[in-house]
Amino acid sequence: MRALVRNRVVRRVAGTVGTLFGVAVFVFVMLRAIPGNQITANLGTEAAALTPAQQQALERYYGLDQPLVTQFFSWLGNMFTGNFGYSARAQQSVLDLTLQSLPVTFELAVFSIVLALLIGVPLGMLAASRTNSVRDAAGQVVSLAGLSIPAFLLATTLLTVFAASFGFNPNGQGFVPFFADPLLNLQQMLLPSLVLGFGIAAPILRTTRTAVLEVRSNDFVRTARAKGVPERRLQVRHVLGNALVPIVTMTGLQFGYLLGGAVVVEQIFSVPGIGRQVLLGIQQKEYAVVQSTVLVIALAFVIVNLLTDVLYRIIDPRVRAS
Amino acid sequence: MPRGALSAVGIAAALSLALTSCSSSSGSAPSAAGSAQGGGTLVVGVTSDPDTLFPWKATQFTTVNVLQNLYGTLTEFDKDLNVVPGLAESWQASEDGKTLTFKLRQGVTFADGSAFDSADVKASLEKIKDEKTAAVAAASLSSVESVEAPDPNTVVLELSGPDSALPANLATVNMAMLSSDDTEEELNAKPNGTGPFTLGKRVANQSLTLTRNDKYWNEKAKVASVEFRVIPDESSIVSAMQSGNVQLAVFNDPLVAQTAQGGTVNVAKTPQLNYHVLQLNAQRGDLKDVNVRLAIQCAIDRKQVLDTAALGEGEVVGPITAPAYKSDPNKRPCPTRDLAKAADYLAKAGKSGGVTVKTIVSQGEYATSVNEAQNLKAQLAEAKINLDLEVLESGAFVDRWVAADFDAAVALNGGRPEPDGSYARYFTSDGNLNKVAGYSSPKLDELFAEGKATTDQAARKAIYDQVAAELENNAPWIWLFSGYTYTATAANVQGFVPMASGSLQYLRTTSVG
Repeated sequence: MRALVRNRVVRRVAGTVGTLFGVAVFVFVMLRAIPGNQITANLGTEAAALTPAQQQALERYYGLDQPLVTQFFSWLGNMFTGNFGYSARAQQSVLDLTLQSLPVTFELAVFSIVLALLIGVPLGMLAASRTNSVRDAAGQVVSLAGLSIPAFLLATTLLTVFAASFGFNPNGQGFVPFFADPLLNLQQMLLPSLVLGFGIAAPILRTTRTAVLEVRSNDFVRTARAKGVPERRLQVRHVLGNALVPIVTMTGLQFGYLLGGAVVVEQIFSVPGIGRQVLLGIQQKEYAVVQSTVLVIALAFVIVNLLTDVLYRIIDPRVRAS
Repeated sequence: MPRGALSAVGIAAALSLALTSCSSSSGSAPSAAGSAQGGGTLVVGVTSDPDTLFPWKATQFTTVNVLQNLYGTLTEFDKDLNVVPGLAESWQASEDGKTLTFKLRQGVTFADGSAFDSADVKASLEKIKDEKTAAVAAASLSSVESVEAPDPNTVVLELSGPDSALPANLATVNMAMLSSDDTEEELNAKPNGTGPFTLGKRVANQSLTLTRNDKYWNEKAKVASVEFRVIPDESSIVSAMQSGNVQLAVFNDPLVAQTAQGGTVNVAKTPQLNYHVLQLNAQRGDLKDVNVRLAIQCAIDRKQVLDTAALGEGEVVGPITAPAYKSDPNKRPCPTRDLAKAADYLAKAGKSGGVTVKTIVSQGEYATSVNEAQNLKAQLAEAKINLDLEVLESGAFVDRWVAADFDAAVALNGGRPEPDGSYARYFTSDGNLNKVAGYSSPKLDELFAEGKATTDQAARKAIYDQVAAELENNAPWIWLFSGYTYTATAANVQGFVPMASGSLQYLRTTSVG
């Protein structure tokens, strides 16, 4: 038994289940703490005109007449059987909705991260190559811009400029899934992932710069250079290779965050991702939609964390040893 | 030394170049949208898709507009909001006004092909009236005691008393005629109406396409289909119009409308029936005293509120905004701001030291709310009236409003073409929103009853002028202004008629060139 508790895998799984349960309770309680319910969300101020009998009929229709504990456990129990609930608004099950929106968000997250790495890592290395030089300052400016330009501003500006000046607005054509029309889909992903990638490039750039500087001051770099290792090989293999752990950590964190849906960017570019699904659920007070989707997001986050850990072991033998 | 890093930058640059070149090469493709044959497709940009497809429970703007194109009603409004025949060809009130007989149009079919007849009307009206259905228009049928269908083309309504507002009340999509065989569940999945369009394809949260109903009883729609495309952000809709992807959109925010104007996009503005109002709750604290309410009435320059909050886009209005019954805003106690008079009223109320009014304001429900509230606060402060503003998220605002839990509320209320429909529910003692309105009087009860019993248009106008005067003289609310609805259309769109109600019923006469 003790061996079982000590087993790292078992502990990890137990921790994960605990976290997810905590998320479930938290979302459930928070949602009900928000003023209003599905009736007022649908009817707005017209809800004031409902007679008591009408009010009762609607509460029964939306399942709001059940005690909270019953609502919670019937939802959670249903989740285990694959029944994530039903969205009256969309006339679709939450599972179907999620199966449509999660791949969209995943695609957007992958493109954003790739763009962020392409911007952040080289610029970070460049900045670190000579501290306090012009190129370092340039790197700092880019990262400051990435951090301080709000996504909504950059997104709206890009959209307006491209649409008004060049008539280029693939996002205005209605979203197309990748497998329906890959070319159009990629165009639709371009601007949103650029906006997101630019924002995420900043922390990656900064992390890269710091990590590279730290690694470069190590003795082994001097030794390698003294041994005559070519400069490019030295920078990539010895320096960047050893600076990867913090970069991977930062990237994993940002990726997990992206899987939660980038609501603002999704709204502006009409990308039907998981962030918009949650937002619509909240606006419409469709409790099942929000609860189930948030739980899926939490699960995705946990999985990304797990994968990041696995990646450490691959890139850094010292982690494996410990 | 940094060569490695430099080459990595090079790769990034090359890749981004490749991406942009790939995008610009195919950027010209979308311009073909909307030019399909057979009448073409009209793309309407909307910020959300319908929250329900069941017409009796539809209240949201897009929902009502979509369903109006799918379902038919006994009566309809024309472009000037006059009541005209719809599924009922004609109607006749009896001498005493207690019986209303409808002659139904023949040869009308539902989308599923089944015939429309008096049994459907009877079933629809009875279900709308039934509280268990929770239909939002149930109260409009309160005067209806029974519905009879003596033959397939005739429906007879027995009323508790004359109700001249009924024909107009029957024209909303909340009174849609459904097939007696259909249930709410079935219709939510598959609408089945008698309107100019039928439901084509729906992708939840993304788009909803209507297809022309070739068996429609009236003039058939000009376009083969209408796609309501969900673009959640209004400025993104503007961008989509500029790039030619969307051909029609309706905006309420004057700022957004301004950005849309120009290039190939036309923006037409239509005065709205909806009105901006400072609702006072005459049941609470100092506001129980009519003199305090009149002091507020006199201390506000409405034009200033309109100019600061809504860029001057709109007009100062009295209570009734319906064109045929419009109130004259100059007939109110203080048509222009009069601080001396306001001070007199406060003195009369024994409140020369000033009063504090707790005011709720919604954020996000409509664009101008917070600016209006701040301007009202600044103006009233000069009259020693302190508006204590509480800015709430729209869900929280609705909760407080529904519970009448406020001294005052800054609100945008829906106006209707028929003054009885607009105000009887608020200001008669048994109105279903009287609790929220917080005011009624025997005089108002009498006037509203008289208005319902009168059929002559000129006589009705005189009665509702009295209603408006009674409301302004007692200032249960402070009516401010009405804004515009902005209809943006692409250059190749013809034949659309915007309406004061914001209705998109003229999509059927619209064509895409």
